[in-house]
Amino acid sequence: MFHDLLSKFGSSKRKPKSIPVTLSTRVRLARNLKEYPFPGKAEEGQRRAVLSKCMDAMTDMDSLKESTSLEVDDLSELDRQILVEKHLISPELSQVDEGSGIVLSSDRNCCVMINEEDHLRIQVLQPGLEFEKVWQRADELDSGIESHVNYAYDCELGFLTACPTNLGTGLRASAMMHLPGLVMSKNMDKVINAVNQLGIAVRGLFGEGSDASGSIFQISNQQTLGESEGAIIDRLNETLKNIVRQENFARKKLMQDDGLRLIDKISRSVGVLKSCHLMQSSEAMDLLSLIRLATDFNMLPERFRSLADRMFIEIQPGHVQLSAGKPVEPSDRDRLRAELLRKEFTRMPQLNLDGAS
Amino acid sequence: MKCHHCDNQATVHLTQILNGQMHKMDLCESCAQANGVTNPENLSIGNLMESTENASEAPAGSMVCESCGTTHQDFKKGGRLGCDACYHVFRPILDPLLEGMHAGTQHLGKIPSGSESRVRFEQSVDQLKKELLTAIENEDFEKAAEFRDQLKILENEAKV
Repeated sequence: MFHDLLSKFGSSKRKPKSIPVTLSTRVRLARNLKEYPFPGKAEEGQRRAVLSKCMDAMTDMDSLKESTSLEVDDLSELDRQILVEKHLISPELSQVDEGSGIVLSSDRNCCVMINEEDHLRIQVLQPGLEFEKVWQRADELDSGIESHVNYAYDCELGFLTACPTNLGTGLRASAMMHLPGLVMSKNMDKVINAVNQLGIAVRGLFGEGSDASGSIFQISNQQTLGESEGAIIDRLNETLKNIVRQENFARKKLMQDDGLRLIDKISRSVGVLKSCHLMQSSEAMDLLSLIRLATDFNMLPERFRSLADRMFIEIQPGHVQLSAGKPVEPSDRDRLRAELLRKEFTRMPQLNLDGAS
Repeated sequence: MKCHHCDNQATVHLTQILNGQMHKMDLCESCAQANGVTNPENLSIGNLMESTENASEAPAGSMVCESCGTTHQDFKKGGRLGCDACYHVFRPILDPLLEGMHAGTQHLGKIPSGSESRVRFEQSVDQLKKELLTAIENEDFEKAAEFRDQLKILENEAKV
């Protein structure tokens, strides 16, 4: 049933426009209900009570019309993995046993997690760099829920959360950034150190502890108390724009200093994607990263950027098994992944090297 | 900026990443030396925090949240609090942590309008009900009628 749901989503979805460097923007708000212990300390009965209270609070909400509510216990391992790979739920929630749930909007841009580390994790995400829209939607959703439940809130400390690092606004704003220029020019460490000083964190594609395969980084605010939501988002946004400038500069410099090597790398990645028969996900991520980069350099038509973005998700282990319709051993996944990539990239045109600058 | 341990001017500024979270601490030169900061291998902010706690009057180790049972040890180990009441119980050890963790210690963000007015409403209704009962017990029916009318007004407002 869940598989049908995902494919329904897939077909009805309007194709989002993909832009260079910034893949997507996300806002997450952490909230807890006043009357109950936080999920980590709650008993099963209390978790169930929180789950039904939160689900009820969201039933008549306009922005969640035709949304889907699911209990995590009802989902198979594979379903959970797919939701993690789509960045709709956290790896932590996928491990939770009982009394947790998700509410997913019909356009898949809002996903509320219930009983993860906090009672509520309200998330809104969108392709591109769109903090204003994303924050507005999360804010509305939050106010809508709040009109039905009492939040744990303190005038001085703000919204109370299980971990003091989320205290205050409970806001984590982040962007998924594609930074191959900074990685190849070995400047990424410098960037990480510099933004850390500003209270901004850099993580891999799947959040805490994940690696940065495909040169994709999740960049977010670290501090949540002592500043308004607007100030936090503005500061992050300014930092991200600065990173985009640094990335573009690094790309330009790579092309100027050793353009032939870069063009060779991109051309080889095209060759491998068209002719591979076994492909691990980490290698695929790096090849797709080069295709995205080639599109930004105008060496390939725009649609290949969207294709690379879609493939970043579809080559993940869960998704490969989803399209196979059954659980598949890792070695066989590599074969299926290669098959998928060959099919998708077989009609890739010659690289337009006149556009490369 | 003052030293985390004493009132001297802090000249050593430490940043450490523990379990993926950034912790900052400012120390004066003598406290830094006493805690082995000159030898980075011996250094952990966890240990430094512990030594500060030992020096304080109420031993932090005995703190327990009566509402959910979370102990100071639980918090130190997992870094998570158990319920909203924990924030009151563990406030003395939280304050210095929050200072290092965040841009400030006063919430400047969104205020949940609904919850606040609802809490205020519930409190006023409770208060009026109590006063009504007392008035009836004292056979002060004039006052009782007044409270009854006020309650009606409040309840009608809530329905709008």
